Amino acid sequence: MEISRHWRLKRQRYALIGEVCPHCQKKIFPPRDICPECSEDARTLYQFSGRGEVYSYTTVYQAPSGYEANAPYTVALVKLVEGPMLTAQLTDLGDEPIEVGMPVEMVTRKLRSDGERGMLVYGYKFRPRLIEASE
Amino acid sequence: MTENQDVPILKPIRDVGIVGYGAYIPRYRLPAREVARVWKAGTGGLSIEEKAVAGLDEDVITMSIEAARNALDRADIDPSEIRAVWVGSESHPYAVKPTSTVVAESIGATPHTQAADWEFACKAGTEAMQAAIGFVGSDMAHFALAIGMDTAQGRPGDPLEYTAAAGGAAFLLGPAEISLAVIEGSYSYATDTPDFFRRAEEKYPEHGERFTGEPAYFKHITSAAETLMQAMDSSPSDFQHVIFHQPNTKFPKRVGRLLGFTDEQIKTGLLVPIIGNVYAGSSLVGLTAVLDVAEPDERILLVSYGSGAGSDAMSLRTTTLLPERRDRAPKTYDYISRRTEIDYATYARYHGKITMK
Repeated sequence: MEISRHWRLKRQRYALIGEVCPHCQKKIFPPRDICPECSEDARTLYQFSGRGEVYSYTTVYQAPSGYEANAPYTVALVKLVEGPMLTAQLTDLGDEPIEVGMPVEMVTRKLRSDGERGMLVYGYKFRPRLIEASE
Repeated sequence: MTENQDVPILKPIRDVGIVGYGAYIPRYRLPAREVARVWKAGTGGLSIEEKAVAGLDEDVITMSIEAARNALDRADIDPSEIRAVWVGSESHPYAVKPTSTVVAESIGATPHTQAADWEFACKAGTEAMQAAIGFVGSDMAHFALAIGMDTAQGRPGDPLEYTAAAGGAAFLLGPAEISLAVIEGSYSYATDTPDFFRRAEEKYPEHGERFTGEPAYFKHITSAAETLMQAMDSSPSDFQHVIFHQPNTKFPKRVGRLLGFTDEQIKTGLLVPIIGNVYAGSSLVGLTAVLDVAEPDERILLVSYGSGAGSDAMSLRTTTLLPERRDRAPKTYDYISRRTEIDYATYARYHGKITMK
């Protein structure tokens, strides 16, 4: 049971809430309270737009425990427009080929469930941008 | 007891309207002919073309979050001002644990908010809207969010399997002055009519076949619509658009004609042939499709139907704020045209119909 961990991470997972450094304005994700750029205190919450592009990607066929039902699935390094890079699953790909540089947007999806009786874990994934005009 | 013909409509002290709206329809489509192929049924009288199916990582929580974000993008308000997040559905992912708290947390509405899940078959969404009208209209809240969303269940091979679909919509209700559509009045009609139900531990619902028609769908919708129009001194020709709950293509068209509406008035909000019956979201995505194209100062009649049974009727009038706000988020047809066809086997996998143990 990892209920407390899921609960602590819910804001960043559900809505991409990170931090912005009040000293050098660097946007930080995941939040770490110390700016990786200037090493000052950085605890100001920051809502990321959720828009970014695929920096690199791979397809997982042998999924780790808890993710088997979704296999095969694609995991990408996504570079957010605000700067940080994060790892996330891509979803709703349909028949579209994935390409490096492909514009994507964040959606909140079911990541996994802790067994049939356990909690459902939700968090960010990325999908091809629904409408280009959302830039 | 007799039915009172002189019933006052539901009207709050303060005028209320829709400040923002958002639809969500998942990407995958299961054609009705594919269900017919597997169950060796004829394809002559299929009631729809295809239905929308949720992906493996989607449920009422994730779909509600996206619809709510679209509604917020249109409204452009601070989510911490929302005082109620209400989700109506008959497919809440948990039996005990609110859908609404996850949605409220995801959109930044927590913690100064009411959160609750609503249940009344296919009218749980309009029921949440009725309550939100009361919440805002009584000045208890400035903004309240009402959502109708479903990933509907149908037993394999049952007639419901052709139509039971996934999707829905969110409506942010607030003061009429800043609304894109003002709610002129509403009315609810409910009786104990067991036309369709699902017992607590059952996976799939039961339905009364022909009993779902006359005493259920038609009686409740016509009663709700006629009472509201009569009380508002309006007639069908006063409305540019009308949206009914749409379990199949035939019922909403027929009830429209019974009430005196033309097919032209029904057309824009009739999505069931291409997305299926999205239950608690059914009439509501019809409303989002109408709001996507309606001109200012047009009148819209919305009549939901929920088995068990009841109907909520609402009369709306669009405002001059509608045209600029609708472009701030994806429209209903942006989701409908994002379409990936799947076969029955993939559908069975996505819906957990393949048992692994």
